[in-house]
Amino acid sequence: MPNFKLRVNGRATTVESWDPAQPLLYVLRNSLGLHGPKFGCGLGQCGACTVLIDGKATRSCITSVKQAQGHAITTIEGLGSPEKPDPVQAAFIAEQAAQCGYCTNGMIMTAKSFLRQTPHPTAAQVKQGLGRNLCRCATYTRILAAVLRAAKV
Amino acid sequence: MKRRDFLRTGSAIIVSFAFDGAFSRTMPAQTSDLGKPVDPREVDSFLAIHPDGSVTIYTSKVDVGTGLRIAISQMVAEELEIPVARVTVIEGDTAITPNHGGTGGSTGIPQGGVELRRAAATARQALLKLGAQPGANIGALLGGKRLNLKVDPNAPLKDPKTYTIVGKPILRPDVPDKCTGRNVYVQDHSLPGMLHGRVIHPPSIGAKLMAVDESSIQKIPGARVVRIQNFLGVVAPDEWAALRASKELKVTWTDEQGLPGSENLDRHVRESAPDRDETIVNKGDPAAALPSTAKQLSALYVWPIQSHASLGPSCAVADVRAEGTTIWSATQGPHGMRANFSRIFGIPEDKLRVIFLDGSGSYGGNGNDDAAADALLLSRAVGKPVRVQWAREDEHAWDPKGPPQVLEIRGGLDNDNRIAAWETHMWLPMNIQGNRPLVSVDAAGIMQPHGQGAGLMSQNGDPPYAATNVRVVVHYLKGTPLRPSNLRAPGKVANVFAVESFTDELAAAAGIDAVEFRLGGLTDPRALDVIKRAAEMIGWEGRPSPNRRTNGNVLTGRGFAYARYKQAENYVAIAMEVAVDRTTGKINVRRIACVHDGGLIVNPDGLRNQIEGSILQTLGRALHEEVKFDKSHVTSVDWASYPILSFPEVPSLDVALIDRPSLPPLGAGEASTAPVAAALANAVFDATGVRLRRVPLRLEAPLKA
Ligand code: FES
Ligand code: FES
Repeated sequence: MPNFKLRVNGRATTVESWDPAQPLLYVLRNSLGLHGPKFGCGLGQCGACTVLIDGKATRSCITSVKQAQGHAITTIEGLGSPEKPDPVQAAFIAEQAAQCGYCTNGMIMTAKSFLRQTPHPTAAQVKQGLGRNLCRCATYTRILAAVLRAAKV
Repeated sequence: MKRRDFLRTGSAIIVSFAFDGAFSRTMPAQTSDLGKPVDPREVDSFLAIHPDGSVTIYTSKVDVGTGLRIAISQMVAEELEIPVARVTVIEGDTAITPNHGGTGGSTGIPQGGVELRRAAATARQALLKLGAQPGANIGALLGGKRLNLKVDPNAPLKDPKTYTIVGKPILRPDVPDKCTGRNVYVQDHSLPGMLHGRVIHPPSIGAKLMAVDESSIQKIPGARVVRIQNFLGVVAPDEWAALRASKELKVTWTDEQGLPGSENLDRHVRESAPDRDETIVNKGDPAAALPSTAKQLSALYVWPIQSHASLGPSCAVADVRAEGTTIWSATQGPHGMRANFSRIFGIPEDKLRVIFLDGSGSYGGNGNDDAAADALLLSRAVGKPVRVQWAREDEHAWDPKGPPQVLEIRGGLDNDNRIAAWETHMWLPMNIQGNRPLVSVDAAGIMQPHGQGAGLMSQNGDPPYAATNVRVVVHYLKGTPLRPSNLRAPGKVANVFAVESFTDELAAAAGIDAVEFRLGGLTDPRALDVIKRAAEMIGWEGRPSPNRRTNGNVLTGRGFAYARYKQAENYVAIAMEVAVDRTTGKINVRRIACVHDGGLIVNPDGLRNQIEGSILQTLGRALHEEVKFDKSHVTSVDWASYPILSFPEVPSLDVALIDRPSLPPLGAGEASTAPVAAALANAVFDATGVRLRRVPLRLEAPLKA
C-alpha cells in the first residue's frame, strides 16, 4: 500500500492509504485517531472538517492525503486541551459557544486562521471570515462573541 | 425509620453500584442484567450516591446539545445540597438508565428534570434521617449502600428562595471537550474489528432493486455488498473504501414516480385524501358572526416541508452477536428504539442494549434511528460490528421531514376594532399510532409498524387575544408526501406564523399599531410583560403599518409577534427590524429582540443559548428552507440546494429572560421558535407594504416605489 509522509500537530508520521485520492479527513480520523475534524458534507460546503495546513484553514474532506503530503497539518487536538486550551478555544469555552458542538471544530480552526490574517476584526469581518462555516444549531452569536473575545487577548 | 432498617432490604444488604466504571458503555454485548435498578419508581434507578460523596444521575433523557446535562445536574445538586461539580450524568443507556421517556417536546427539564429533582428530594429526606449535616459527605453516611427507596411524589422540595445552584449560569461540562476535539460523538465511536458501512438509497422513493453488478467494485479493497431484498449496503474495513464502493457500485433500480412534487404543494395538500375533520376550538359562531362584522379579511398561509438538516449526517454503530446486540446511537429515544427494534428484528429486549452517545444536533428526530437500523442489518449480515454514517445527500433526502402545513384564516373586526370573529382551517397529516417506519427495514421486506406522527401539530391555531367567536378546524389528511417526523416546535411553528401574521393584517386593516392591537386583546400580566419589554428593547415606535418612510432604495420596517407556546406554556414576544433593498428584494434582518418567560430558570446561560439558537435557526427556516422534490425523489440534497442561515446573515440579537422562581420550569427548546417567522413577515410588510404568506419568505424584485 502506498505510504504518505505527513506532519501532524508537530509530529512526523507515515500513513498508508490504498488510494492517494483518499481525503485527509478519513486519514486523520481513522488512521491517526484524531476525531476533532468532523465529516459534515464531504463537499467543501460546511466547514466541519477544517484543519490548518501550513497555518491556513483548509477543508480536509476535499483535500487528498497526497496533496497534504509534506505540509504541516494542525488539527484542533494540536491547539490545546481542556486543561490547557489555546486562546481561541478558551474564548469559545468562556462564551459557551457550542450547542451540539459538531461545527465547533470548523469554527475554531477557521477562526484561528482568520485571526492570524485579521488580528483586530470588526464583527462584520468575523461574520464574513467565518461566512462559509455552517452551524445548524445556529450558535452564531456566541461564536461571533468568542472570536471577538479571542481577538482581544 | 431507623438507620439500620433503612439500609436493609429483607435480609440482604444491597451494596451500591458504587463505581460507574463497572458499566462499560463502550464494550459490546454487555446486555444482560447489570444489577443496577432501572425501575423509575425507585430512587436508586435515578441516583447513585458514591462513598466519596459524588453522585451519578441516570436518565433516559438525552442532551442533544441543549445543555440539559448541566441543568439536571443543577436541579439534583440543589436538592442534595452538594456542589454541582460532584455530579455526573449518564444518559440514555437502556441497560442502566431508568426509562422515564424519550427526549422531545421540550420535556427534558419540566418532566425529566422535575422527576430527577423528586428522586433527589426523596434521597435528601432519607439522608436527613440518617443525620446528614450541611456540607458533610453524604456518601460516607450511606457507606456505599443503596437507598432502596421508592420515589416519594410528596418529598418536600427546597424553597426556591434558598437556591444557591439552580438559577446560576454554571458552565456546561461538555463544552471544553467540544472545543478541543475531545468530546466523543457516536460518529467517533469505534470497536475492534469494526467495518464501515454505507447504505445505497435508491434514486427514487420506493424503487425496487433490479440488479447489482458486484464486479464494479472489485478493485476496492475489502469492499463487500450486502443485499436484503431492496436493501442495499456495502461494508469495508476502511471508511473511504466503503464510501467509494457505495458510489461506484453499479445498480439498476426501478423508476418510481409516486410523489406529487414540491411545486404547488399547498394545492396538493388541500386536495389530498381527507381522513376526517375535527373542530378543536369552538366558541360562539364565527361563520354566522363574520358577515356582519365591520371589517373582514381572509388569508392563506403556507409552510413547506423542512428537513432537520443536521450538520453531521446520521450515524450509528451496531454489534450483533449471539450473546446480545448493542447499538450506539444519538437517538432521542434509546428506550423507544430498543422496544421498536426488539419487535422488528426479533431480538428479546434483554438481549438488546441501546447506548446514547452525543451526535450532531437533531431537532426532534432526524435520520439517527434509520442509521441504527442500517447498522444493525449490516452487522447481522456480516457478523462484525458495523458503523454507518450517512452521506450528506442521504441526510437531506432521507431524514424524516417536518410535514407541510397550510392554514386558511378568516376574521372580522367589530366597530371598536376588536376581534369579533375568527376561523382557522388547517390541513395536517393524520396521526397513525405506532413507530415511524424505518427506511431500510421497509426495503429489506421486514414487517414493521407504519405510524405517522409529527408531534402535537394542531396547537396555537387560535388567537391568544380576546375574540368573541372562534373556531379552529383541523382537516386531517390520510398521508403526506415525505415521511414525517417532529421538527422543532412541530405544527406550532407554522400555526403561529399564520395566526400572528393574520393578527398583524387585522391591526393594519384597523390602522392600529401592531403592539397596541395585541395589548388590547390581552389581560394576562405575563403576556403583557413580555410584549411591553420586547417593544421597549427594540425601541418600538407606535404607528400603524406599513411604514411610509423610505431611505432611497432601502426600505426599513419593524415587526412583532407573540405566542404563548401550546397556549399553556412559555410566553414569548419577538420584535424584529429589517431592511429591504428595493432593487434586489433582499431581506436583511438587522435586529431581533426577544423576551422569554418560561417559569423557573434553572440555568440562565443555557436557557439563553437555547433561545438564541432557536431564533436564529428559525430565521433560516423562514428565509430559506424548503425541501424540493420531483415525482421520484428529493432534489435539495446539499447545502447549496437547501441553504440554512449563514453567518453573514446573523442579526444583532438581544434576549431578555423573565424568571419566575415560584413556578415550575418549562422547556425552552422550542417556544421561541414559534413567533420568529411572523415577526419577520410583519416586519417585511411594515417595510414594503408587501404581505408574505408563504415560507420561505421571498420578495419579488424590483419592488414598486
Ligand atoms: S465536511 Fe468538509 S466542508 Fe463539509
Ligand atoms: S453547535 Fe450544533 S452545528 Fe453548531
